[in-house]
Amino acid sequence: MMCEMCGKKQASTFLTLMVNDKVKKMHLCAACASESGLDGTHPISITDVLLGLGGTKETSAEPSHKTCPRCHMRIADFKKTSRLGCQACYEAFAVELDPLLDAMHKGKQHVGKMPARLPEPSPALARLATLKESLDAAVQAENYEEAARLRDQIRECSEKPVRRQSKKIS
Amino acid sequence: MKTLDDLLKQPGAWLNVGGNTGVLVSSRVRLARNIEGEAFPGWAGEEESVRLWNELRPVIESLPGLSSPLVLEIADLSCVDRDVLIERHLMSRDLAGKGRGSGLILKRDESMAVMLNEEDHLRMQVMSPGLKVMQCWQEINALDTEIESRIAYAFSPRLGYLTACPTNVGTGMRASVMLHLPGLVLMNEINGIIKGVSKIGLVVRGLWGEGTDASGNMFQISNQVTLGEKEAAIIERLEKIVLEIAEHEKNARARLIQQRETSLRDHIGRAFGIMSQAYLLNSKETLDLLSALRLGIDLGLVTDWPKAVIDELFVLIQPGHLQKWEGKAIGAEKRDLARARLVRERLAERRRKTG
Repeated sequence: MMCEMCGKKQASTFLTLMVNDKVKKMHLCAACASESGLDGTHPISITDVLLGLGGTKETSAEPSHKTCPRCHMRIADFKKTSRLGCQACYEAFAVELDPLLDAMHKGKQHVGKMPARLPEPSPALARLATLKESLDAAVQAENYEEAARLRDQIRECSEKPVRRQSKKIS
Repeated sequence: MKTLDDLLKQPGAWLNVGGNTGVLVSSRVRLARNIEGEAFPGWAGEEESVRLWNELRPVIESLPGLSSPLVLEIADLSCVDRDVLIERHLMSRDLAGKGRGSGLILKRDESMAVMLNEEDHLRMQVMSPGLKVMQCWQEINALDTEIESRIAYAFSPRLGYLTACPTNVGTGMRASVMLHLPGLVLMNEINGIIKGVSKIGLVVRGLWGEGTDASGNMFQISNQVTLGEKEAAIIERLEKIVLEIAEHEKNARARLIQQRETSLRDHIGRAFGIMSQAYLLNSKETLDLLSALRLGIDLGLVTDWPKAVIDELFVLIQPGHLQKWEGKAIGAEKRDLARARLVRERLAERRRKTG
């Protein structure tokens, strides 16, 4: 098995991480493991692990000089510091960030506080996310009647833009 | 700096002396926010940071919620003053290392603090003694809404509040509770708890945050997830888990008394012995000894001091505070000497008059 980080050497370090109840397995060569501090001699920061590995799968297809059009940060800069340059980087590096966000967080849709200045449609999206969350819970609890009701609500919600939602998000 | 010196006269919000907190020491909620259209501080140049500081500072300073706060520009602060602010949990080590264009705007009672141009343009926090995470959230949320009515934040309907580090994106919220868990440590049960907690999306850190160990048996527990969950849901889960841990701690203490009373008394008695006689004490050792006395007071085994004396020492023996106390910058070895003297004197002079 080849190393997931450099893709060149044979993997010799095998790690299993638990992130939000999801098991993530990693295979690294000795050099990459030691460089990332994963050789067992340093405490592991989950953030660095996830960020460090982000987008490595794309390195062959995506040129590493991919650059944010607004702040001119390159993807290589991000990989070095694990910090983005500006808000537009989230768009520019979406391909690399998506798997990271997926591993670190619960879903990819913000459902928390919204700025009051925002137009209406976004609370509807938030409502959709809440409904999906409840649906997951209902299915897990094997409450199929409730699940069916929620499924219909989700369908209704996604078909027409919801305007009756109030702006207030708790 | 005159105004900063006034802080030393008050107990500090994170370990509210006299608040008589037990296992649940303090709560904190912080929000990360960035300004629409501006490069994040780590990527912006000094010139941009200074311009932004000059733009943001008057806005934050004049917020009614902060009631004429202290404004501290990092470049103006001495190393000792920076340490004092870090030790009081009012700013991060990261901010202390920044140059021009970064600073701290602080409510005078220390309950609210806004860091400017740290990792994000704004990092604001509310702290409170005891388990009051939801209340902290309501207060910081109100301050955030006040700011938002004056400044446009970087926000995406899909990803929420956009932050320099993707680990904070979404709510930008980190809610945490500080717990004193000597019982679980003495009963060797703490590792199981830490493992269990990290499996459910919470993070355990030491007394001074990321990368620090749990000196003095103080542990910070906070949320990891910031995207895909509502603030209130995150906080409810955190509070629930924290209460469960506090219950485990109480059980561990009860078993300590039942099964190992003699060695527990010995542990606490030795702590007192060392603290009242030692001439050299480093921070880590002192924190662990203070933890033993704090446990003794909680269990009613130590009655010579009110808990406030011990809680106050948790802060005063830190390097920055100690140097402030001495009135000059001193090296580690001399600090150990000064620390031991401070501890001896405090314990002797604040001892309750008995008979």
